[in-house]
Amino acid sequence: MAEIIRTVGLKREFIVGDEVVRALRGLSFSIDSGEFVTIVGSSGSGKSTLLNILGCLDVPTAGEYYLDGVSVRNMGKNDRATLRNRKIGFIFQNYNLLPKTTSVENVELPLMYNRDVSASERRRRAIEALTAVGLEDRLMHKSNQLSGGQQQRVAIARALVNDPVIILADEATGNLDSKKSYEVLALFQKLHRAGKTILFVTHNPDLEQFSSRTITLRDGRIISDVRNDNIQSADEVLANWKEED
Amino acid sequence: MDFGNLIKIAVKALLNNKTRGFLTMLGIIIGVASVIAMLAIGAGSKQSIRDEIGSMGSNMITVSPGNGRFGGVRQSGSSMQTLKMEDYESIVREASYVDKITPTMSASGQAIKGSNNTPTTMYGTNADYLEIRGYTVESGSVFDESDIKHASKVCVVGSTVVSELFPDGEEPLGQVIRFNKTPMKIVGVLQSRGYNGMGMDQDDLIIAPYTTVQKRILAINYIQGITCSAISEEYTDQAIDEITRILQTNHDIKIGQDNDFNVRSQQEMMETMSSVMDMLTVLLACVAGISLIVGGIGIMNIMYVSVTERTREIGLRMSIGAKGRHILWQFLIESVIISVLGGLIGVILGVVASKVISLFNMPTAVQPFSIVLSFLVCTVTGIFFGWYPARKASRLNPIDALRYE
Repeated sequence: MAEIIRTVGLKREFIVGDEVVRALRGLSFSIDSGEFVTIVGSSGSGKSTLLNILGCLDVPTAGEYYLDGVSVRNMGKNDRATLRNRKIGFIFQNYNLLPKTTSVENVELPLMYNRDVSASERRRRAIEALTAVGLEDRLMHKSNQLSGGQQQRVAIARALVNDPVIILADEATGNLDSKKSYEVLALFQKLHRAGKTILFVTHNPDLEQFSSRTITLRDGRIISDVRNDNIQSADEVLANWKEED
Repeated sequence: MDFGNLIKIAVKALLNNKTRGFLTMLGIIIGVASVIAMLAIGAGSKQSIRDEIGSMGSNMITVSPGNGRFGGVRQSGSSMQTLKMEDYESIVREASYVDKITPTMSASGQAIKGSNNTPTTMYGTNADYLEIRGYTVESGSVFDESDIKHASKVCVVGSTVVSELFPDGEEPLGQVIRFNKTPMKIVGVLQSRGYNGMGMDQDDLIIAPYTTVQKRILAINYIQGITCSAISEEYTDQAIDEITRILQTNHDIKIGQDNDFNVRSQQEMMETMSSVMDMLTVLLACVAGISLIVGGIGIMNIMYVSVTERTREIGLRMSIGAKGRHILWQFLIESVIISVLGGLIGVILGVVASKVISLFNMPTAVQPFSIVLSFLVCTVTGIFFGWYPARKASRLNPIDALRYE
């Protein structure tokens, strides 16, 4: 399988006042195409810092990071922006949808910064992505007319629209109640089955059983990296949910 | 850079905040509209004064007594008695560039007819005066040479005087009115000319033979001035030189000595008036320009707030691949749209306002340059005042911006 992400001795240090804060203390791992990886860790474990680096928003202090075979460490701001635009799909805890803007326009947004995509192509791909997340009947709804779960699904569609090599989800279920969380997880699993590579960052260890691999961070180091061959289905959880209810 | 998409993004952002956008625009609208209206008023007044002076005859030349001194005391021109009948006669005799010419004197006083009376001014001239000043006789006729010779008590009256003295619409021709106790017979009525650009009623006058005014009303032996016209406008300067030479000889003024008279053409007067109006226009435009700058600062203010308010949005845009310059251009385009749109509305409003003002008897002339200028200024304003907030937005760190609360 193709290697999407490879890090070698990834370090990130921040200087706060006189102190040097070591957020990441040498991480080496790789993620292959088609994996659904959960990164868990308590707050302060370095998972946000890692996500920023993997998302090309930040660069490591030391070590190498290859995204889809390209070294990111020495890239300039603009090149990283282009890389984010073409290869990465971001999903945030608070959705970060544009207010007063329709679903389809929100999903089109990443393609607005890609001049190779025409307006009609953009619209077609946005509708396609929204259909993939099951919101084909909410295309023209504005973000404030949607529920939290629906908003997060619009955000997922936005992450899919540029056909990224990896989807980075930062606490994507953090703002949702448990039922909605499982719905979103089910959607991730569906995307995983369709061959998407997903990196799911969370502080909630319960969610790791739904992915194919779990990397646990503590104090800027990987303390465990296990494969999960017995992936639990979020759809089943949801099915049972109704019986319990 | 894909400006099509950036413009779409900026327009969308503006449409999401229509009220705010409009209020921001208002500063520019008022600024531009007032610049245009002020310049239109300035130019309109200037034009109407020029027209006015032109209609008096742009080739008109006036000779008035100048400053002189009596035993070391400088006297004001109006109290001088240096212009004499001989001066007039020698200009008539010798000047070749002068066409029409008349001595002038004026007396203000009360015109009375029966129980009606009105304050007015009586001008003593010959028949040429009407032609030089562009008056025409509506009914009756002008007094002639023999009236001047005999200092006849006849006069031509303006329509204001007529309406004041004959409120019941009687026929004024042939009636005898009194001016400062002197009975005068009306032989002609002037066609109405209305007010001039300086707000003076041009119909509030009586014209009588200069000899009559000089001898019977003012009882003086000098003349107060000479009004004449050059044979055509181009020869005005030659005519002035000629008159100056004749009067210098008459008054025995040696080279290097000050003239005791002034010779002015209407053109000079026009220029003086124009320069006054220009100053006024500049002043008005400055005031209006300040409001344009205030409008621009309004844009900067709102764009600044908008950048802060939309920090998260900026972070999101950057995280999905917007470069710093995309963000810069988005905000810059937003402020330019506000200012250009505001400018357009301002231009329309300014032109409409000018038209409305002109309905109230205030002459206005919309200046094409003022439209171009204010439009240009407000575009520059938009870029200038939009630049700083836009740059601030573009330099945000996407990680911080995303986490901004």
